[in-house]
Amino acid sequence: MSEYFIAFLVGGFICLIGQLMLDLTKMTPAHVMSTLVVAGVVMDGLGLYDPLIDFAGAGATVPITSFGHALYHGAWAEAEKNGLIGIITGIFEVPSAGISSAIVFGFLGALVFKPKG
Amino acid sequence: MNNLPRVSRQTWRFSKDIRILGSGVATGPLEGDGPLGKEFDCVFEDNYASEDSWEKAERKMLGKAVDAALQKARLTGEDIDVMLAGDLLNQIITSNYTARGLDLPLLGLFGACSTSMEGLAIAASLVEGGFVRYALTGCSSHNSTAERQFRYPTEYGGQKPPYAQWTVTGAGASVVGVGTAGPRITHATIGKVTDMGIKDPFDMGTAMAPAAADTIMKHFQDLNITPDYYDLIVTGDLGKVGYAILKDMLKDAGYEMSPHYRDCGMMIYRQDQDVFSGGSGCASSAVVTYSHIMNGLCSGKYQRVLVVATGALFSPVSFQQGESIPCIAHGVAMERVLA
Amino acid sequence: MAGNQSMQKTGWKWSKEGYAKHAEQYKPKKPVAFNCLKAFTIGGLICALGQGITNFYIAFFGFTEQNAGNPTVATLIFLAVLLTGFGVYDNIGQFAGAGSAVPVTGFANSVASAAIEHRSEGWVLGVGGNMFKLAGAVIVYGVVAAFFVALVKKLWFLIF
Repeated sequence: MSEYFIAFLVGGFICLIGQLMLDLTKMTPAHVMSTLVVAGVVMDGLGLYDPLIDFAGAGATVPITSFGHALYHGAWAEAEKNGLIGIITGIFEVPSAGISSAIVFGFLGALVFKPKG
Repeated sequence: MNNLPRVSRQTWRFSKDIRILGSGVATGPLEGDGPLGKEFDCVFEDNYASEDSWEKAERKMLGKAVDAALQKARLTGEDIDVMLAGDLLNQIITSNYTARGLDLPLLGLFGACSTSMEGLAIAASLVEGGFVRYALTGCSSHNSTAERQFRYPTEYGGQKPPYAQWTVTGAGASVVGVGTAGPRITHATIGKVTDMGIKDPFDMGTAMAPAAADTIMKHFQDLNITPDYYDLIVTGDLGKVGYAILKDMLKDAGYEMSPHYRDCGMMIYRQDQDVFSGGSGCASSAVVTYSHIMNGLCSGKYQRVLVVATGALFSPVSFQQGESIPCIAHGVAMERVLA
Repeated sequence: MAGNQSMQKTGWKWSKEGYAKHAEQYKPKKPVAFNCLKAFTIGGLICALGQGITNFYIAFFGFTEQNAGNPTVATLIFLAVLLTGFGVYDNIGQFAGAGSAVPVTGFANSVASAAIEHRSEGWVLGVGGNMFKLAGAVIVYGVVAAFFVALVKKLWFLIF
């Protein structure tokens, strides 16, 4: 049960940071999301994000910061294997699930639904 | 004071007996559920108005409002010499497509949410000048067309601040001409673009209040009157925030507005309808003026009314490029004529 | 300057600098603390739900801790698209703010809401062209940041 609680706390905390950015600065939601993604990339670059996932589970993989982690992770893994070109080939390796399912389900959504207003 | 039509650089006096011969209003369900709902000619049960896009729904509402106005004026499209219309959508497509169906000469207007009174003032001046016998004027806005053009897709889960405003879904239209029935249009004051440097597109009340204050003070000065000359003064869509600022600004300038002053954006919705600071959009002032205020001027509830429609003249491009929001307000004075 | 007579008043309300600064006092304040509480709670609940989905995939479909993230993300995105289509997610967003925007469900909502909204402009230019209208920024800055961080780190290891 405690893993749910930790996921709740850590995930909630990341959302709280996002809310503070929305309310206390003039950032739009798009600015906030972009900043959090970059933060995820930088944290993973410094080797901090994997320990966070080990600790918080979905609390770290569900927020958008994990998208940055995934982008960097693929890029770095390929770079280690294949040198500099690996950065380019590896970027979309890991976050593919998120991007592909958003595109496919988004498209299906447009097929089925009409905006409700 | 002279009796020329030109009172000052901004204020016009109409010497002919120019009347609003008929007016019509169509709205969406939320507006119909509001305190003025019973006075609307047509309330659609859903925001699509049985059409398949928001844009077509807005068009249908303007069409319904025009039909109702013509019917009440006992005129047909054949009698109308010019249509003056505008809306918030790019290239004012609602007005253009509505006029296409009506086979009328059109002058398209853009004054953002001030379009209602811009149209009424020009309609009266064209009648005064003898260029047209009957002019049709109208404008429209739709919550969802405005959201998707100015902000985000309608289903996007963004959080709006408490001072945001809710775009009114609806349309209002009126027929103006020399006649013997209906309220008389006596004066119009054309506003200047006023920009006090406000940049937050959610905070239009604060941005627009100085424009309204400027126009109202100019109107009082030019005609040498005070607020109690009117038994109702309304602004178009300042919302709670702009309403409070305007009252304080005019108090500073020596005008006590309180007893007679209301805001259309606050009149359309009940307190418990979730519309943040109040209604906005072209339809805000048009819907209230062409239903509640017309009825009041006909029944004797009001004798003299000043409607000041306020507009925020920005676009998504201008605010993304960091420009502040230029605003404008046009006032039209109307009075009851005893038959 | 007869036309400007009316604006020759004194005090903050009548100067551009003063107005922009002082008009703030009329705005109702954003309830920051309450907004944060809501964002924390809803965001936390979405993550806890994600944890439940992860555990479900590990327990019943043989995924491991390492790769259960993929089906979890896909499932959450599917749910978010459904809620967007039924017109519920925008209401959740008004309540929860960042709480429903920061989780991957918010990313899905920004994609799906744009796709659904622009369907009236056609399948290619409307749905196809606008799908990433909002979410695009996230991908652009994520990719650019990942590229440069990886590049700097790689060069660092090459040199030292």
